[in-house]
Amino acid sequence: MSHEVVEKNIGLMMILIVIVISFGGLVEIVPLFFIKDTTEPVQGVKPYSALRLEGRDVYIREGCFNCHSQMIRPFRAETERYGHYSVAGESVYDHPFQWGSKRTGPDLARVGGRYSDDWQRVHLINPRDVVPESNMPGYPWLAENKIDAKGTAKKMRVMNTLISATCSKCETYSDSDIAKAESEVQGKTELDALVAYLQELGTAIKARR
Amino acid sequence: MSDFWSGYIAIITIANILACLWLIKWASKKRNDEAAQGDVTGHKWDDDLEEYNNPLPRWWLWLFYLTILFGFIYLALYPGLGNFKGKLGWSQTGQYEDEIKYANKTYDPIFAQYAKQDIATLAKDSNATKIGQRLFLNHCATCHASDAGGARGFPNLTDNDWIWGGDANNIKTTILDGRVGAMPPWEAVIGEQGVKDVTQYVISLSGRQHDAAMAKAGKAQYDVMCVACHGANGKGNTAIGAPNLTDNVWLYGASTGSIVQSIAKGRTGVMPANRDFLGEDKAHLLTAYIYSLSNK
Repeated sequence: MSHEVVEKNIGLMMILIVIVISFGGLVEIVPLFFIKDTTEPVQGVKPYSALRLEGRDVYIREGCFNCHSQMIRPFRAETERYGHYSVAGESVYDHPFQWGSKRTGPDLARVGGRYSDDWQRVHLINPRDVVPESNMPGYPWLAENKIDAKGTAKKMRVMNTLISATCSKCETYSDSDIAKAESEVQGKTELDALVAYLQELGTAIKARR
Repeated sequence: MSDFWSGYIAIITIANILACLWLIKWASKKRNDEAAQGDVTGHKWDDDLEEYNNPLPRWWLWLFYLTILFGFIYLALYPGLGNFKGKLGWSQTGQYEDEIKYANKTYDPIFAQYAKQDIATLAKDSNATKIGQRLFLNHCATCHASDAGGARGFPNLTDNDWIWGGDANNIKTTILDGRVGAMPPWEAVIGEQGVKDVTQYVISLSGRQHDAAMAKAGKAQYDVMCVACHGANGKGNTAIGAPNLTDNVWLYGASTGSIVQSIAKGRTGVMPANRDFLGEDKAHLLTAYIYSLSNK
């Protein structure tokens, strides 16, 4: 087969290119699906509770990931500021994960418990009330919008499908978790949910390094 | 990683590199039907675009061979073939640990030296407070502001007014173990009018303009409900974090409305613990910096 044949059959060329490129994925991606370290939850990491799951959706909807990563890299300069570097087993319940690489604001992988609930509320409504230099926008509507409790149970069932498809050692939501979901988030504001989500981020690994 | 996946990765990786080598060899092989060097091959596009049969420049060809060589050397030295750790034994966490070990060796003695000195001395040492200030900006300024002037609900650390006590030990305990200041809600106990009355009395404690009749009624409530924490004279109690009500410093704002809010709904002020995160030695320097702000 000379290169003339390949050059003149664009369909054949596409197939050959896909084969060549797929080798990278076969070696770098496929084995990760089967390697324990990447599919086994770190001890203490649990599926997001109903309220936190809703909070996570608010986080994604508001585009927090545009300015905040959730990935502490293994460099001293990072661990001094943020805490222990992130490990794969912490992200097993994140569909999709929020690692990111854009840091207009600080990394949030271990923001849980770093500030008080009150600080988070004041700061989300108007960041300049507590940090005058901040260029983060305010999100005052979060305090007014109520979570739509009707959708929570369905979201949890979808998460169950995703979790069991990607992680055999992970916990899924039990029927009673799902049954309780609606009452757990009923009447809660988006701000309540987002703060609950943020306050648990990265708390499974307590050590500084 | 299991042996299967390790082997899977190693075989595909090596086979790939060998395939590249074979591809270069195969493509540069001379063929019987090919055009003579320098002649056109007969490929023709867009009417007048033709391809010459010229060999790849040598330096370019050699770059291919060098890349293949580099691949093998890299895989021998660094981890890349499944479980094979590479001759250098390099790992990401290993490099991180080295970085930490080096930093500890460099900085620990400096911190240890400072840890031996008492806070009052360090507060006068400009090098110590400079380190303290940097730690403050990294870890504390988000709530207490860059100039330590605080924000509504987050105490000012420069005014020598201390909710949990301003001596060196108290400041250090606050940093290391955190504090929870819990003001219970009183609306259900003393009613809406009661809250208004007590508010007027609290305002009167710092000598501000107030409604005397309401304050008198409020004092009666205060002497029963509030006295346990804030004291008979309203001076507060640093042991339990009950603020002094007589000094006209207001954590949640001086307005009548916010005092009403504090009494009716209560307040919960949380200072997070930093013992695990900062450790004793850094907290010591931070204490010195914060202490220096009020003890110039």
